[in-house]
Amino acid sequence: MSTNTLARRGSGRSSDKAFHLATLAAGCLILVVLFSVAAFLLVQSIPAFQAQAEEVTGGAGFWSYIWPIVIGTLIAAAIAMALATPVGIFVALFISHFAPRRLALGFGYLIDLLAAIPSVIYGAWGYIFLAPLLTTAYDWLAANLGWIPVFAGPASQTGRTMLTAGIVLAVMVLPIITALTREIFLQTPKLHEEAALAMGATQWEMIKMAVLPFARPGIISAAMLGLGRALGETMAIALVLSPGALTASLIQSGNQTIAAEIALNFPEAYNLRLSELIAAGLVLFVITLAVNMLARWVISRHKEFSGAN
Amino acid sequence: MKALRYGRPAALLAAGALVLTACGTDNATGTNPDPAGNSASAGASVTGTLTGAGASSQQAAMTAWKAGFEEMYPEAQVQYSPDGSGAGREAFLSEGVQFAGSDSYLDDKEYAASKEICGPEGALNIPAYVSPIAVAFNLPGIDSLKLDANTIASIFNGDIKKWNDKAIASQNPDVDLPDLPITVVHRSDDSGTTENFVDYLSVAAPQAWPYEVSGNWPSDIVAESAQGTSGVVATTSSTKGAITYSDASAVGDLGKAKVKVGEEYVELNAEAASKAVEAATPVEGRSDQDMSLDLKRDTTESGAYPIVLVSYHIYCSEYENQQTADLVKAFGSYAISEKGQQDAAKSAGNAPISDNLRQQAQKAIDSISATS
Amino acid sequence: MLKVDAKQHQSQLTRNRLPRFALLAVLFPAAIAAAAAATLIGFNVVLWMVFTAVLFVIGAWLITLLVEGSRHAGNRMIRYVVYGAFILALIPLVSVIWTVLERGLPGLTSNFLWTSMSGVTGAVDNRTVAEGTPVLGGAYHAIVGTLQISLVATLISVPIGLMSAIYLVEYGTGGPLSRAITFFVDVMTGIPSIVAGLFAAALFGMVFGPATRTGFVAAVALSVLMIPVVVRSTEEMLRIVPNELREASYALGVRKWRTITKVVIPTAISGIASGVTLAIARVVGETAPILVTAGFATSINWNVFSGWMASLPTFIYYQIRTPTSPTNVEPSDQRAWAAALILILFVMLLNLAARLIARFFAPRTGR
Repeated sequence: MSTNTLARRGSGRSSDKAFHLATLAAGCLILVVLFSVAAFLLVQSIPAFQAQAEEVTGGAGFWSYIWPIVIGTLIAAAIAMALATPVGIFVALFISHFAPRRLALGFGYLIDLLAAIPSVIYGAWGYIFLAPLLTTAYDWLAANLGWIPVFAGPASQTGRTMLTAGIVLAVMVLPIITALTREIFLQTPKLHEEAALAMGATQWEMIKMAVLPFARPGIISAAMLGLGRALGETMAIALVLSPGALTASLIQSGNQTIAAEIALNFPEAYNLRLSELIAAGLVLFVITLAVNMLARWVISRHKEFSGAN
Repeated sequence: MKALRYGRPAALLAAGALVLTACGTDNATGTNPDPAGNSASAGASVTGTLTGAGASSQQAAMTAWKAGFEEMYPEAQVQYSPDGSGAGREAFLSEGVQFAGSDSYLDDKEYAASKEICGPEGALNIPAYVSPIAVAFNLPGIDSLKLDANTIASIFNGDIKKWNDKAIASQNPDVDLPDLPITVVHRSDDSGTTENFVDYLSVAAPQAWPYEVSGNWPSDIVAESAQGTSGVVATTSSTKGAITYSDASAVGDLGKAKVKVGEEYVELNAEAASKAVEAATPVEGRSDQDMSLDLKRDTTESGAYPIVLVSYHIYCSEYENQQTADLVKAFGSYAISEKGQQDAAKSAGNAPISDNLRQQAQKAIDSISATS
Repeated sequence: MLKVDAKQHQSQLTRNRLPRFALLAVLFPAAIAAAAAATLIGFNVVLWMVFTAVLFVIGAWLITLLVEGSRHAGNRMIRYVVYGAFILALIPLVSVIWTVLERGLPGLTSNFLWTSMSGVTGAVDNRTVAEGTPVLGGAYHAIVGTLQISLVATLISVPIGLMSAIYLVEYGTGGPLSRAITFFVDVMTGIPSIVAGLFAAALFGMVFGPATRTGFVAAVALSVLMIPVVVRSTEEMLRIVPNELREASYALGVRKWRTITKVVIPTAISGIASGVTLAIARVVGETAPILVTAGFATSINWNVFSGWMASLPTFIYYQIRTPTSPTNVEPSDQRAWAAALILILFVMLLNLAARLIARFFAPRTGR
């Protein structure tokens, strides 16, 4: 493909320029797409913001309608990230630094398989298999740790609760975090690792000194990718969760996430209801924006630790 | 060298694609469609593709109608996307589809809007799919319970918490009711089934059911929920002491309630359902041919089962060209015809519409015309 | 990779090392104590195994602490935690795959693979159940649809995503535009999938008339979801290509764009391929955007640009949501799970292909 250009000596500069412009155009195209999505959301959701309070679902205005499901979305994502991030990083470490080299590739492939499973299937698995399995655990939690608000009883008899949904989400997010962090761990400069080991560091100390600081920005962006999926995941939650009003307890039925609310109500929605749902999508969009700004800020604070370039 | 590098995966892909294209077929049932089309006596002028969208409740019936219609008119095709009633009505009003399926008729605003695309007479709402909604429960050994509207409402709003509650026991002296907590299961998605069920509760038991009627379950009531008809039925089937409402065709082995109408308890069946539809009153302010119906949930007519879902086909009274008008008329007539209703009932388990209703509907469909 | 385990250090530090059998000596009491503890609550195998694992890790940590010191104890602890995390991650995988295999395999017949749902009505399913004959109707139309839609989405997203990532890493480093792109790409990952679908539907609705539904609209919707994932992972992979490589290439007088295409991308190709695969894997199972963009088809459609098109996720969704026969849902359930199995197999193959491609392209790194 490129041998021709190599032969034509004089054309080097112009092809350089063309390539630069092509990449620039691609970048700008992304911005255009994103802004048109945002504009689409804004235009479509205006009626919901302007509507009389009584006309909006719940009868108390848009904000009191959206408020509980925003919290629900954040709870679900928080559970998922709390479970998936440490496990994901450890699994990536296992594949990159602990597993026998011969098997590591195969193990990586196994974990990637988790990403291959479509969300509808996770949803079906969650409510057919996982939820009934967890009811005993929830009963136990309600009986023994019921004094903690998040485990307040009586536990759901179907097991289709926020905690179950969070666990399913965690399983879905895990391979995303693992796949990216693994690649980054593998790229850690060999010299840094060997230097640490040569100074007598144990393997964990080597990882702490050489691998983790190098990979930190990568880990954070992997977590952000995972969070993006956790926030926007629709079908799995719609199938697993038995939604309801906002409750503190994670082991009762109740709570709802924005994406699932949209998916469950969209088919029968029209006019104002449709606007409400699209406005809910806009809110989700804004949440992602805020989360990302936060992450950027965190990364920039830790920049001095970064070993990259 | 380079060619080889790309070559191998590419060859694999190409081979895979070839294998895929080779042997797929649309003939899933193994029947040999008659190429001569001898059944298509009236079908000569009916050609083209009719596109519809709307209620997912009609999906099973629509599959049957599509198959039956295409057999009758081999030159014609029907496609229907079960996006939901709201989406269907919206697509219809923006002229994206030629007909809509909807669990509720066009409201006044939508009807007014339809005059812009369907001519001065506006759109026609034809009740084509009637499905009784069962109040279904999972109590081992109990197939049937007698319940009045107030009791049903109190169960679903959470006032009655145990199966051996006095209110239930007094109506069922012969049944040995267990001391089980009641788990209420409702639809988590917005649906016409919920809308019709809560409409019944709010009309027939207004004290126990003061909530607003909509396709969403009232958010004040804390209960279990699941997505879709299959979801609530599956959840109810796996939870002892659970009760739900669902399209009658899907409840399977669950127990079904006999609902008190007037002085007697009416068992759920197709006849009782179409009787309730017959007792409905037409909506005012529409064109003469329109068949929008207001169901009388508190009917006292003997033998009518008031919890029914009526799903409409919404057509234009005027289409822009003759071909579409013919297509619509052929499909509409087939769907409400005795054969069409039987075909649907065999597939979807719905209740066929009554002859009386059919005659009216046929008249309405005959009135569809083309502007040019 | 260098492995630092007991063996290599034994020669120098034998007196402070734990003998191998010591761990077994920890495991057995841990298992017994765990059994006792589990019985107190109500014995079951899962509980027992969890307790055993916890006690074993604590015990091993203690004994290492006493013999080898705190640094080695910490090391051992982390190693077990890492192993544990991997096993923990495998549990849902095995469980999901088992569920899908158990329910999907019976439906995976050649009839299912090579026929569409055209003409399959509830009456057919009712007869099937009543007579106990094999389930008719298949997912061929959905397989064809999914292949085409995801292929087109990939063809749209990968060039755009790859080029943007190159811009971010190689050209726009640190500039306001590149910072804006990076930031908004992150935001784009948070677009709810249904919104992407609605957006694509509205876009095509404006241009080609209302309710335009084709496979191509679905592909555009999927691209909106796919591009940020491609950019994000590609960017990450390009960033960790050592600067020395670029500088060496420049030093040889190679132009920048040739350096990028010949040095930088090949070095990162394995990670890029893996990222692209993840991106495809993410969108190939998306249901919501296809629901509102591709329509509902029961027969085969080979043209992405016209006519309604089925896809595997929507096929699964509709078979579960609106069974062909509401009265007898078993045939629909079986079809749904078989389709799920095909979808997983499809993504597995994709994964494998990406790895092979990565191996073809990747330079020898000596790792």
